[in-house]
Amino acid sequence: MKEISLVIIGGGSAGLAAAVGAYDEGVKDILIIERSPYLGGILNQCIHNGFGLTEFKEELSGPEFADRFIKQAQERNIPYVLESTVLEVTKDKVVTYTSAKEGVVKIQAKAIIMAAGCYERSAGAIGIPGDRPAGVLTAGQAQLLLNQYGYMVGKRVFILGSGDIGLIMARRLTLEGAKVLGVAEIMPYSNGLNRNMVQCLEDYNIPLYLSHTVSRVYGKERVEKIEISKVDERMRPIKGTEMTFDVDTLILSIGLIPNNTLLNNIGIPTGRSRGCAVDNHYESEFEGFFACGNVLHVHDLVDNVVAESREAGKYAARYIQGQLEKKQDRIHVSAGDGIGYVVPEYVALDGSKTTAFKFRVRKPSKNVYITYTLNGNVIKKVFKPVIIPSEMEIMNIPSELLGEGKGELSVSLVQKEEN
Amino acid sequence: MKHVIIIGAGAVGSFIARSLSRYQLDVLVLEKENDVGDVTSMANSAIAHSGYDPVPGTKKAYFNVRGNRMMPQVTEELDVPFMQCGTLTVAIEDQQLPMLKELLERSKENDVPAQILSANEVRAMEPNINPEVKGALLCPTGGIVNPFLLTCNAMENAMDNGVELKLNEEVVSIEKVDDHFKVTTKNGVYESKVVINAAGLYSDKIAAMVEDIDWSIRPRKGEYYVLDHFEWNFVNHVLFPLPSEKGKGILVTMTTSGNYLVGPSSEWVDDKDDVSTDSLTLANVKEQAKMLVPNIPFQHQIRVYSGNRATPSTHDFIIENSKKYPEFINVAGIESPGLVSSPAIGEYVAKELVGKLLPLEEKKDYNPRVRKHLRTIELSDEERKALIAKNPDYGHMICQCERVSLGEIEDVLSRSVPINSIKAIKKRTRAGFGRCQGGFCQPIITMLLAQKKGIDVTKVAYGKKDSYIVDHKVTKGEN
Repeated sequence: MKEISLVIIGGGSAGLAAAVGAYDEGVKDILIIERSPYLGGILNQCIHNGFGLTEFKEELSGPEFADRFIKQAQERNIPYVLESTVLEVTKDKVVTYTSAKEGVVKIQAKAIIMAAGCYERSAGAIGIPGDRPAGVLTAGQAQLLLNQYGYMVGKRVFILGSGDIGLIMARRLTLEGAKVLGVAEIMPYSNGLNRNMVQCLEDYNIPLYLSHTVSRVYGKERVEKIEISKVDERMRPIKGTEMTFDVDTLILSIGLIPNNTLLNNIGIPTGRSRGCAVDNHYESEFEGFFACGNVLHVHDLVDNVVAESREAGKYAARYIQGQLEKKQDRIHVSAGDGIGYVVPEYVALDGSKTTAFKFRVRKPSKNVYITYTLNGNVIKKVFKPVIIPSEMEIMNIPSELLGEGKGELSVSLVQKEEN
Repeated sequence: MKHVIIIGAGAVGSFIARSLSRYQLDVLVLEKENDVGDVTSMANSAIAHSGYDPVPGTKKAYFNVRGNRMMPQVTEELDVPFMQCGTLTVAIEDQQLPMLKELLERSKENDVPAQILSANEVRAMEPNINPEVKGALLCPTGGIVNPFLLTCNAMENAMDNGVELKLNEEVVSIEKVDDHFKVTTKNGVYESKVVINAAGLYSDKIAAMVEDIDWSIRPRKGEYYVLDHFEWNFVNHVLFPLPSEKGKGILVTMTTSGNYLVGPSSEWVDDKDDVSTDSLTLANVKEQAKMLVPNIPFQHQIRVYSGNRATPSTHDFIIENSKKYPEFINVAGIESPGLVSSPAIGEYVAKELVGKLLPLEEKKDYNPRVRKHLRTIELSDEERKALIAKNPDYGHMICQCERVSLGEIEDVLSRSVPINSIKAIKKRTRAGFGRCQGGFCQPIITMLLAQKKGIDVTKVAYGKKDSYIVDHKVTKGEN
């Protein structure tokens, strides 16, 4: 069996940045395993701009951003295989992958970084009522077909869900000649970044229907019509509020789910984000298994993905070098009131001056404190005039506040009392 | 002139075709859909019922029990996944216990092995069952089968043995002329000595083309949830509640591919083609299923679907010569347990009904088997290596969720039943059946199908003939 120090599953932005992070920390015996015919992952189909503002201080398209990281990996001669699918990962860190070129390859790794990204929630997962004709596609499918294969999915389009890819596709399809009749969002607020709301919907006069969902799809062969309804506080369609749209296409942008099956299969505990529960070194509950990027938790910006993944690569390298011991003492972190999930799930003090907490709030809020409570004592309160679920929060908390590094830490949202 | 025309290529039509393909007969199958088994045979519970439930002495009872006995051999010959996991019909309340005894008696009359289990025995077998369980009827010969491949492979085997299939041929009229029938479709006219009506939901309409009939087929819809496969065995048997007038009730079962099905509902509908789902109906399915298994992991839901049962006004299968023309055979009203009955119906129609009309001489080169499917997911590393060395396409994964390789897709494209849609590939290979529901692989397969069939990408269908996936090619800016 081949032996490779670090196997990275996924050659998108997370996998590439993790590889660079590990390499620069001194581990050069790396293999990136990528399933598609090219590195860069989903960025390759994101031909819009807006990437790289933090990382490169300039505005790049998705393929340009990917290219920067592909070059970084190539400059370091980091090995990778393409069109190769990982079939299995074992608890003993044996990775099996298959490809047309190599058949079946087994690798004994010292550490594994899971960087397999996420997938889109489907129509079936939410059980959209009505017929099941052709013409119901995820935003990512429509994006791939248009931006990489050169095919428009339809002429008259409605979009369910205000996730960022949905908003981006509303603009893209409009520019390419389609009529986008509207976007329905089941929540009373948008799930996309503000800049996308403005630049993709408002600039093109595309109506957004908040607290609405698609209550029925019509069409035997291809979508012919959809019906949307207002929803009540329990998200159920309200009778009498139906509106219909004659469309040939329904695009879904209803959420992203970490693609973590390989690690779920060996029973690595998962957190509230549906990715692995990791500590502040991106190490899971299984020693030597790391995770970063959208397979850990769904990010808002790729700039955050690469920053996180470089760190994960660095810690994986330290683990391989024997410099990352699993501490007995650690803090368990949980998502309290108003918080969807928090990464990391565990913090083991390691001498770092600050510890980063990443989380999303459950609903848009104004004038709130993000409150950190350790073993019953509030150790930090951060005031936020505005906070929204579509943006991932990153807060660096001074490690000295974390006491002896034991016990329970809860992150919660507390409304500021009006005077 | 054909000897036999079969109208309909569902499970029943396909098994009749297979049974006839054994003999020296010219057989033509006309199917109105874009694939075989694309209506009721595709959207059902995928159960190989044991036969504990049908009223003794009915055709349902006879063909169910006979079909169940044939199932091991048929699925072996046709290389169809089949698991005889057994079924449990569960009593949740004390007052239901006498009904278990009635079902046990009925099983005995139908010659179906069955036994009553105590509550503790049921809980030991099914750790996730409603703890209130009072007992259950275990039928060890019941099981689950892959309904897509059962139908597709029966037709493939029939075609390999000389049967001709025409898809997208909707019959519009049938005329008796001298000693034969003229069957007119939207595309042409076909002639045969014998016509077999296996048109499922539309079999009453087809029958009425040749004579006045005193029966009808009413669509009864069933809606289901599909759950993803996950690492633990959530249920180990097919779990039924006690049957009622509305059918066998809402069941919880795994499938041969490790998914789980919850359903079906039972609603009369007017439109035979209406397979829409409804959120209130499905919510009710969920509530009722929780009576059997309280903690169904619905967070793993990946799809909902519905299908229509071809429920006959006669309450039993209609398998007989027409009154006016003996050469016209109705095989109608094949609702549950139709799937498991279909091999037995095929055998009976060929031998007993067609055999009385036409001489049945066996073909010397008849082969009951289909070419084995190579499912890479089932192979050991060594077997997989050897296969990829021979054909590298088996190493190229197309569907990541269900682990389906390019080689497997190319294999189904090279088989006898023509592949006209993404769904046809999905039914046969499972590509697109997983947790992402084709999110990643459907665009890839769309391009692949266009390339392999030499058609424009805009002509690639998702399912039905005109269910195009992409609208038009983007043209470069011209100024």
